[in-house]
Amino acid sequence: MGCHRFRRGVEALGGNGAAMIRRLEILISGRVRERAVRCQRILHAALLCLGISLLTPAGAAQDLSREQMQGLDEQVQEIKSDVLSIAAELDNLEEQLLYPSNTQLAVFVSIAEGDEFRLDSVQVSIDGEVVAHHIYSFKELDALQNGGVQRIYTGNVPTGAHQLDVAIAGKSSGGHDFSTADSFSFSKDIEPKLVGITLAGPGSGSSIQLGDW
Amino acid sequence: MAAVLARTLVVGLTMCMVAGAAVGGDLKDLYYGEALYYADQGQYFEAIARLDAEMALHDSVDEPQLDTLWHHVGDAKFFVGDFELRYRMHLRAGRAMQAVLEGDVDDEVRNEAAFRLARIYFQKDQPEDALRTLTRIEGPVPDAIKDDLEFLRANVYMAMGRPSDAVETLVPLQGSQDLKGFTAYNLGIALLQAGQQQEALHQLDKAGQLRTSDQGTLAIRDKSNLVLGTLQFESADFGPAQHSLDRVRLEGPYSNLALLRAGWADVSAENFERAVVPWSILAKRDSTDAAVQEAILALPYAYSRLNVYGRAAVLYGRAVETFGNELNKVNASIKSIREGKFLKALVREEIRQDKDWVIRLRSLPETPETYYLMALMASHDFQTALQNYLDLEDLRKKLVAWQHGFDAFDDLIRLRRQYYEPLLPGIDSQFRELDAKIRLRLEQREHLDQRIQAMLIAPRPDLLATADERLVSMRISELETRLQTADPEDIQLQNRIDRLRGVQTWTLETEYHERLTEAYKHLQELNSDIDVLTAQYQSFVRTRQAAVHSFEGYDIPIKRLRTRVADATQRLNLLMARQGHMLETVAVRELVARRDLLDSYQNQARYAFAESFDRAAKMQASEEQG
Repeated sequence: MGCHRFRRGVEALGGNGAAMIRRLEILISGRVRERAVRCQRILHAALLCLGISLLTPAGAAQDLSREQMQGLDEQVQEIKSDVLSIAAELDNLEEQLLYPSNTQLAVFVSIAEGDEFRLDSVQVSIDGEVVAHHIYSFKELDALQNGGVQRIYTGNVPTGAHQLDVAIAGKSSGGHDFSTADSFSFSKDIEPKLVGITLAGPGSGSSIQLGDW
Repeated sequence: MAAVLARTLVVGLTMCMVAGAAVGGDLKDLYYGEALYYADQGQYFEAIARLDAEMALHDSVDEPQLDTLWHHVGDAKFFVGDFELRYRMHLRAGRAMQAVLEGDVDDEVRNEAAFRLARIYFQKDQPEDALRTLTRIEGPVPDAIKDDLEFLRANVYMAMGRPSDAVETLVPLQGSQDLKGFTAYNLGIALLQAGQQQEALHQLDKAGQLRTSDQGTLAIRDKSNLVLGTLQFESADFGPAQHSLDRVRLEGPYSNLALLRAGWADVSAENFERAVVPWSILAKRDSTDAAVQEAILALPYAYSRLNVYGRAAVLYGRAVETFGNELNKVNASIKSIREGKFLKALVREEIRQDKDWVIRLRSLPETPETYYLMALMASHDFQTALQNYLDLEDLRKKLVAWQHGFDAFDDLIRLRRQYYEPLLPGIDSQFRELDAKIRLRLEQREHLDQRIQAMLIAPRPDLLATADERLVSMRISELETRLQTADPEDIQLQNRIDRLRGVQTWTLETEYHERLTEAYKHLQELNSDIDVLTAQYQSFVRTRQAAVHSFEGYDIPIKRLRTRVADATQRLNLLMARQGHMLETVAVRELVARRDLLDSYQNQARYAFAESFDRAAKMQASEEQG
């Protein structure tokens, strides 16, 4: 039964029967042996390259002109530099146009050092109006836990006293859901106002703290 | 060669630098913290932009020690260089570090800058420059970079073909916890390069048995075992080679190669039955992988050597079919790439949100252009070209968004102008009236202040007379005038007038100090009112200015930015086209090479199938006869 299946396979491959197969037999066993030898040769070459090229298959890409690659790479670096410079000028313009210093308010969020609770979301309201609601990705949360600070809101408020409400939701390090909210007062003067909110999980006293910067 | 070393050996180094980058226990500057937040997520453009802006602001203030960045400025200078390096801006990163080196800074800071600059040179495949920079390091070195510095020095020695120096440098580093695995592996490689074969084997054996749960260290452990197994295989120590290769994790990045090599080690030891095991596992894996393809061909070979020709023939038949399918895939990939679909697929946003985007992209059924992306990613040139292309695509999106943003700015300014311009003349007119009144009152207050100040030196009771008293005084003066022209007999009347004046003078003189105190108090009360008035006045002036500034003075900056963005977009599009072309060229060349290999595999499988089939048929015939 199996033999018939093999024959059908040969026919499918365009074989011409046993004579051809016998003729090829010698060739093939030689080729497979050759393959083993070639493999050894490859391994030998790899060893000469400190074992590193074992993990980096030799590719035709290496034929590409090194200068050509470097030239393009330098041009890419130049344009990155140009775009960064444009970004700086644009940021400056945006700040003047959209958030002049006498009304500018920026709210930042950070996580207390060493706190490992999982922050899911933060909602910020100013004078009763929701101005920001953010749901955190793993990368964002990781960045916060590593000491990064997120600017969650930039806007404008008149000078004087204001109310800031912060609501957070997340999971404690023990895996329990928790949510909490707190309310703070702050005063806006003629300089830009920076408000820093430091968050912590349950069991660490106050979960939401307002910092003055 | 140095480039290969640079990208391979420096892994441990850069990983360690990332780990501590964003940790800031006592953060004083929120925007600095924001830069770290972006950097930690790999958003280096935003991180550099934020940090650049903060540092420019810091440099422009008169008293930098009062600026919040003052507390972090040392770290900020290094981080900006780090971020630039990670954003593949070696030229700028190098300049930043050079500036620190040439500045008036402490030895520790200068040494850290030298270390970072050397690292940049090393990554740019300039080991000689890297070593020259490292030799400039003298005096104290920050504890945090001590091990990294020596690790880099060892890598530089290896890249320069000085393995013995590398060995000397790496031996004391073996206790470093942060570089665990990397130092062990590199020492093995350095010993090998130095011709100390036995010591190298021993060291790699140690590196291959490290206990760790860290993914990076686990990968380097696998790599150690793979290299060790390969070395042992080369020395015909097939048993130990098998043992070393068996230690490579089945799910790790080197498992395919390890399984393949394990099979060949068995074959070389004439142990074909054992070779079937790793190759059987490998042959079932993703058939676009080169090791898997080789295993698909090698597995039936092992069966044929075991005289299981029937099984071998079946597997050769399958191999022919698999290679045929793979050839179709490769051809489809090449065709798709040549049609320009490859570049479009690479920049698909929904794919790039995923950290395993390369794998996801490959698995999409409608993207034949990316079937072999994983294989292509193994090429350093391809990776560099791809990362540059993706960076350019991100920049292009930013530029397009900014260009649209200018229209919104124009609209905003137009609306503000429409609103404020008609209002301002009326407001200004009212303000001028109010301003005149305010100025008058301020002058009056100033006059009163001067009077009081003068009275402290030269008392003037008459100036503190009440309104009634002043009226009475005027009336008395008037009566006196009339009496002078009247009858001289009216002396009695004159006496009465003198008495009245005397009473008034008495009152003014005796109440003078009390009245002066009262007047001073009133002036103080007036001062508070004046302060309120001044604050309102200034607030009005500021608001008035803000209203004008909200639409005046933006035309030139916006026009300039429009031009800059347009120019940058034009240059970027040109560069993207060239970079894209390079990517396509690299991809097609890689795939053509793979196609040739597959073609050769398919031919071998086809011939071997025929051979196995023939032998199986003979065997069956002899069994039937027997």
